[in-house]
Parts: sequence; structure tokens; C-alpha cells
Amino acid sequence: MMDHGVTRQAQPIVLHPLIIRITHWLNALAIFIMIGSGWRIYNWEPLFGFEFPAWMTFGGWPEVSQHWHNEEGLAGALQWHFASMWLLFVNFLVYLVYGLTSGHFRRTMLPIQPQEILRDLRAALGGQLAHRVGERNAVQSALYIGVITVIVLTALSGLSIWKPVQFQELTAVFGGYDAARYVHFFCMAAIVLFLAVHLALTALVPKVLPPMITGRAPRRR
Amino acid sequence: MSPIRKPDRRGFLTGGLSLGALSLLTGCDLTDNEPAQRLLWNMSCWNDRVQGWLFNPNRLAPTYPESAVDRVFRYNAFYPEEQAPQLDPTTYRLELSGSIGDKRSWTVDNLYQLPRTSQITRHVCVEGWSRIGKWGGCPLRIFLEHVEADLTKNYVGFICADGDYTSIDMPTALHPQTIMAFTFADQILPRKFGYPMKIRIPTKLGFKNPKFVVALSVTNDYPGGFWEDYGYNWFSGS
Repeated sequence: MMDHGVTRQAQPIVLHPLIIRITHWLNALAIFIMIGSGWRIYNWEPLFGFEFPAWMTFGGWPEVSQHWHNEEGLAGALQWHFASMWLLFVNFLVYLVYGLTSGHFRRTMLPIQPQEILRDLRAALGGQLAHRVGERNAVQSALYIGVITVIVLTALSGLSIWKPVQFQELTAVFGGYDAARYVHFFCMAAIVLFLAVHLALTALVPKVLPPMITGRAPRRR
Repeated sequence: MSPIRKPDRRGFLTGGLSLGALSLLTGCDLTDNEPAQRLLWNMSCWNDRVQGWLFNPNRLAPTYPESAVDRVFRYNAFYPEEQAPQLDPTTYRLELSGSIGDKRSWTVDNLYQLPRTSQITRHVCVEGWSRIGKWGGCPLRIFLEHVEADLTKNYVGFICADGDYTSIDMPTALHPQTIMAFTFADQILPRKFGYPMKIRIPTKLGFKNPKFVVALSVTNDYPGGFWEDYGYNWFSGS
């Protein structure tokens, strides 16, 4: 379960290796900017009958945007979106390569059985699922595999919106330019749902937070 | 390789303050925001470079059947439709400048003599919406060759009668689907869509498709653009 076992009794265990902590927080920053600026871009041409409140969107205050961009903030949101996509891309690539080559994914997420997920989900909903620092239950593993897949889908649908000519085959896979915008939106929504669960669980079990910063957790008995 | 805009030539950060921005800027905003703004400009320049690499001069934008054309095409500009310029075909001239051998100006009648092609392509707006339309006119490459433009230069710049201006990279200017459009939906290009001539570029976002074009230049000096100088990505390729 652990990435590095430390044998001496007195020392805390290293739960999250440095590279996982760095990529986790850079990913958090990139996703925060991508979603916030994406919401503002959405507001310029909403797909549905609602808009995101302006204060929840990212890309510069409207008055400042008037100064820089001669409008209320689309240019700023686009600039942030297309700048932070590089942070997300490079960081996520490092994470994927590390996860696949180091055995991190295999250790922490696999094997995973549907029956296990159902069993742990039932236990979690009934408040019966104990959390043990450093161990993932099947529901968590399923969620992490799911969100990683969704982030990849978000990037691909985003690429097909950005480059519907150069990457037209990819755009066609998503059903064309207009359909790809919906795919991109629903992928975002799935990431937001994941974040809601992720943050709620962290609030419920706060002891999981320090190890994601320091990497270390007290040795389990 | 496609031309790369140099950050120091770009916008109002380090040079060439646009008048609109100059009148609105205060020193406070400049100092408060400069590092973040500079980072964003540099990332936008990096994205220009990447898009130049991604641009395949032989890659055609998807085309559609007549049945796919949006019958009510969306009007979009930074002024209401009734304020669109009304250019008089008897006085209109397309002025040429820069690295062009034959700089004589062109009347509407002259332009209408040019060979024509047509395309049904998707117009994608930077705001996110898209519409399929039919445009007809002369491939820009044929025109540039005809006036003996230096095709090794980096940029083709356009000035419009509505106060807009923009510029594109030479590879895009020479792309077979980049046309000087004189018709829309098989009719003479209507006033609201840029009579008498707009540049239709299906490999770029809508705002890089200038309307009411009255001047064209071929140059190595980055000409910028109205929205580009305000921070919209210059290459804005599709």
C-alpha cells in the first residue's frame, strides 16, 4: 500500500512521495484556474439556461478587464485558460508517467473488483467504512481512476474545440464542434462533482490532509 | 515555419500603446498587474508559436452540404448592425502597400473580375458559438500572386472601414480556403457581413475574418490587430 516502507519504529511513514505531492497541488491550482476561467468563457455563450455568477469566474475583475481588454473579461479568461492548460498538461503528464512507470497506480488503485466497489460504497453510505491513513478502499480507487479518465477526456474535448480543423478527426469523435462543447462541459461537471466529494471527505477525515503536504503520517498500530 | 510575433512588438505593454488602452490605463493598474499580464502575454505568444507548428498548410477545413447551411446567419460586431459602414462601390478602393510589386488600387469591378471559388464552412466565434455559411470569392493566394506580393514575408495585414484591423501569418494567407469573399449565400456580400469584401479564413476564429477590407499590406513588421492588441490570441487558428 505504501510507496516507501520505513522500517524503524519511531519514524513516521512516508505516505505520499514528493512528486505526488507536488503534482497534486499544481494540479489543484491548474484545475482551479481552468474551471474558473472556463465558467467565464461559458458565460459568453451559455449552453444551458443559466450562467455562472461573475464572482465565481476567473480572469480579472471587470473594471480591470476594461482597461486591458476593452471588454468585461472574455479575453482575460481565455488568456488564463490557454496559459494554465500548459500547467495542467505538463503536470498531468509527469503524474501519469510517474504513476505508470513507478507502479504507483498499480499499488494504489489496482486490482479493483466491481463487488468490492459496491461493498465499500454500501459501507460508506451506512457510515460503516473505516478510514485508515495510507489505505484506499475500492470506492476511492474507482473515484480516482474515474477522475483521471475524465481529466483526459476533458483535455481531448478541449483540444477538439480549440482545433476543430487541425484535429478534425478528434472533433468528429466527439460528434463535431458543437457537440464537443457539451462533452467538455459535462466533463467539467464530473470533475466538479469529484471535487465536491473529495473535499467533503477531506473535511470529514481531516487527518488525511497533512500527509498530502508533509508526505508523512504517524505510524499505524 | 510561421512567423512569430515578438512580445516587445505586441500590444501596449512595452510599446505601441493603443489609443483606447492609453486613455483608460492608469499607472496603478499597470504596476499592479504588469507581472501577471506579462506572463499571460508571453503564454499567448507561446501559443501563437505552437499553433504555427500545428498549422498544416494542406489541411482543409471540413466542408458541408448546402443543406447544412444556417439559414439565419448570426450578426456579430462591436457596433450595432445599423452602424455598419455603407461603402459606395463607385468610390471604394482596395489599397495595397508593403512588399507588393503592383500596388495599384482595386475597384469593386476589378475585384469582381478575379477568378472565384466557393466554400461551405463553419465559422467559429471566439465566444464559443459557430454557424455554417457559404462564401464565394477569390483565393487570396491567387490575388497575392497576381499583384506580385513577396510571399516570403511573414504577415498579411488588413485594414477595415469599420475601424477594425488585423493580420495573419503568410502560410494561412496562402491556404487554399483563405479567400477574398465577395458573396455570401450566393448573393452579393451584404453590408452587415462586410460589403464589398471580407477575408474568409475557415482555419481561423471569426474575429480573424476581417470585413469591409479597404487596405491590404504584405510585411515583416508585425501589424497586430484591434482585438489582438487588446489581448486576444493573435494566431487564433482553428
